[in-house]
Amino acid sequence: MSAIRDRYDLAVIGAGPAGLAAATTAAGLGLDTALFDEQPAPGGQIYRAITETPLGERSVLGEDYWHGTTLVEPFRQSGAQYVPGATVWSVTREGEIGVSVAGAARLLRARHVILATGALERPFPIPGWTLPGVMTCGAAQILLKSSGLVAKGKVVLAGSGPLLWLIAAQYLRAGAEIAALLDTTPAANWTAALPHLPCFLASSYLAKGLTLIREVRRRIPVIGRVMSLAAIGRERVEGVAYRAFGDSERRIPADTLLLHQGVVPNINLSSAIGCAHRWDAAQLCFRPEVDDWGMSSLDGIAIAGDGAGISGALAAEQRGHLAGLDAARRLDKLDEEARDRAAAPHAAALARAERGRRFLDLLYRPAEGFRLPAPETLACRCEEVTARQVLDAIALGVQGPNQLKSFLRCGMGPCQGRLCGLTITELIAKARGLSPDVVGYYRLRPPVKPITLAELAALPHGEAAEKAVVRG
Amino acid sequence: MPFPPRFAAERVICGSAPPLMPSPDVIVIGGGLHGCSAALHLARRGVAVRVLEKDYSGRHASGVNAGGVRRLGRHYAEIPLSVASMELWHRIRDLVDDDCGFESHGQVKVAENETELELLARRVAEVRALGFTHEELIDRQALREVLPAVAEHCTGAIYCRADGAANPYRTTLAFRRAAGRAGADIVEGVRVTAVRREGAGWRVETANGTAHRAAVIVNCAGAWADRVAAGLGESAPIIPSAFMLMISNRLEPFIKPVVGAAGRPLSFKQFANGTVLIGGGYKGTLDRDANWTELDFRGLAESARTVWDLFPAMRGSQIVRAWAGIEARMPDDIPVIGPSATQDGAFHAFGFSGHGFQLGPISGAIIAELVTTGRTNLPIEPFRISRFAAAG
Repeated sequence: MSAIRDRYDLAVIGAGPAGLAAATTAAGLGLDTALFDEQPAPGGQIYRAITETPLGERSVLGEDYWHGTTLVEPFRQSGAQYVPGATVWSVTREGEIGVSVAGAARLLRARHVILATGALERPFPIPGWTLPGVMTCGAAQILLKSSGLVAKGKVVLAGSGPLLWLIAAQYLRAGAEIAALLDTTPAANWTAALPHLPCFLASSYLAKGLTLIREVRRRIPVIGRVMSLAAIGRERVEGVAYRAFGDSERRIPADTLLLHQGVVPNINLSSAIGCAHRWDAAQLCFRPEVDDWGMSSLDGIAIAGDGAGISGALAAEQRGHLAGLDAARRLDKLDEEARDRAAAPHAAALARAERGRRFLDLLYRPAEGFRLPAPETLACRCEEVTARQVLDAIALGVQGPNQLKSFLRCGMGPCQGRLCGLTITELIAKARGLSPDVVGYYRLRPPVKPITLAELAALPHGEAAEKAVVRG
Repeated sequence: MPFPPRFAAERVICGSAPPLMPSPDVIVIGGGLHGCSAALHLARRGVAVRVLEKDYSGRHASGVNAGGVRRLGRHYAEIPLSVASMELWHRIRDLVDDDCGFESHGQVKVAENETELELLARRVAEVRALGFTHEELIDRQALREVLPAVAEHCTGAIYCRADGAANPYRTTLAFRRAAGRAGADIVEGVRVTAVRREGAGWRVETANGTAHRAAVIVNCAGAWADRVAAGLGESAPIIPSAFMLMISNRLEPFIKPVVGAAGRPLSFKQFANGTVLIGGGYKGTLDRDANWTELDFRGLAESARTVWDLFPAMRGSQIVRAWAGIEARMPDDIPVIGPSATQDGAFHAFGFSGHGFQLGPISGAIIAELVTTGRTNLPIEPFRISRFAAAG
């Protein structure tokens, strides 16, 4: 890896499909580009470890995964500088980027920044969700892709959404012992989703989805219309209690419970910079406001891929190309007409990739009962704050997530709200009878990822480090 | 350049004043700790009071400061107020029916060499000469008993045993709620745009078009108070400041008092949950109109180096969060408290940056005395707004 420099035309943050495509396109047009990524190898979460996975058998992860290789080679040829193992902990409106690589922090500048920080799994705050042995499907998939590992013993999968079925299939192919899949998709979602069925039928999702679901159903029990869930156990998870519609509570033994109810944009960085965000009522999450090129409300900050709203890996790739083209236009490497000409095939591919998305959003919209935790369930894991404490604080006059943060410390732990932000917003919205848009989200601050005191202390001295009065 | 707010909620927090409210006697502009404290003390004296807050109570300096409850190191002019306020802190539950997270484990200001220790000794002698005994000088050995975790090279300290710390947002909310219970009317999400004379009283106009009338106004608008003062024809050369704070991961408990340093800016405190709060007088940048602060990691790096030197136990820690609130600093580092110099029926309490949290309980009491009786027994002459008139 060549040395990190103090200045770049373009900094891209995240090496998933959007980031790889953005950096490839921009560097190809002559922008001095650096791509910073937290992982040791490119691919993001969806194509994680694409260049180095120990899983030689292609069929385990499936052909959609291996599509990732088509992004890596052009990126390597593009001339963009690749900085793996790089944690970006701060980006300012002036394009100053704080990044740590191999235990050393530094500050550098870019004239334009493309955030391609992707998605996070939506919190799934059921009773017992913090027990050892309970993890997210995404976490399980990371272990599988990077290390070829599957959880030992009896595995139960629970939740809703395409990734749930995908990990079930991948797990079965890799030899895991899955006791059951508990599907929490509310039956009523079909009514809302049906009008969007024609578009979905015309998309590539359908055939792939049906094949996956059939593959899973053939091999393991699938229990539908699950209305409640709890992880049971003392030191660690020992079983799962659930209740399906029209049935009484049942229990199944489990050594591992994998939870998943969809993904939401990872807005920690875009929010900490100060980009405008709004509530997406269909996807039940906040997303940054961006134009067709991914430009945020702030000059010099664009957002590409799922970080700007969930639409999947293929769409993210095209959104990356579009953001890369627009960056080149803004930094005078090509004019508007040339940008638009180059963008046309990507815009068309994007439209194809997004077809059918609306159906999936509505079908897999998670039920309120799985988004709003029961009173005794932890809402904030880091600071161990229960839903009841949150409701009590609201009753005392706490009105929004930021006051709650100051009052109960929820969202102030190392996860910076990644695991509780949406839960807290929705709890407050429900209790106060307001829309989540009005309630808002945590004001997030850099460092968006922890930085060691040693790294911080080793940063260069400020030009105007002003000494001031002792603080109260 | 005005920046758009990040979330819609920052545009409108909780609507507007209900229509047809009867006019109060007093309007307090600003719902931070000082505004809520003034409202509480006024309401307890039977005054009809309304607070107009542009965001929400505790949104800025009041809710996000370091939480130090400190007499240690006060400007000499502030000592009588600080001492009086401390008495209120030690029975804060009686005042607001909430403990405010107040804990009294003392505050310590350490010297790192003999020269600094001499300066501290001189300071303690001067404070004693003024008749106050809360600051005591401790030597190297006594310091190690109070702060076993402090670096070996430290030579001694000033120790204020009965000082402490509290949760700033919880405190502000407690004052707001207590004021509400006492009958004060607290309206959040309403920004005052103008104050005008109307007869013998005031007409206070707001951004949402409502106008409020009262005989008396109190300016507790913090970093925005210069704008209110300007409406009264008074100069208040506020320096809006965004002092930065940061917090560590959880560490084994190793320190109880709040610690500052004689030779460099520092505010250092470990919470009950093990996390450590580090502040230290370094500023980020801010935009008052957008409620926005931007951190400067070069400044935070200076604080990190101070902590590295003074607390070896911190060297393996992580910084998980940093922030800055918007505060009003005055050029002479003491606040403005007292009547307007140009207008009858107008009072000020602002400009507390860095030293206002501990003074919150008493500043409201002073304002309530001034409004209702026209006088106070505490020496507030040094805080008169007219000291800036020449600058204006």
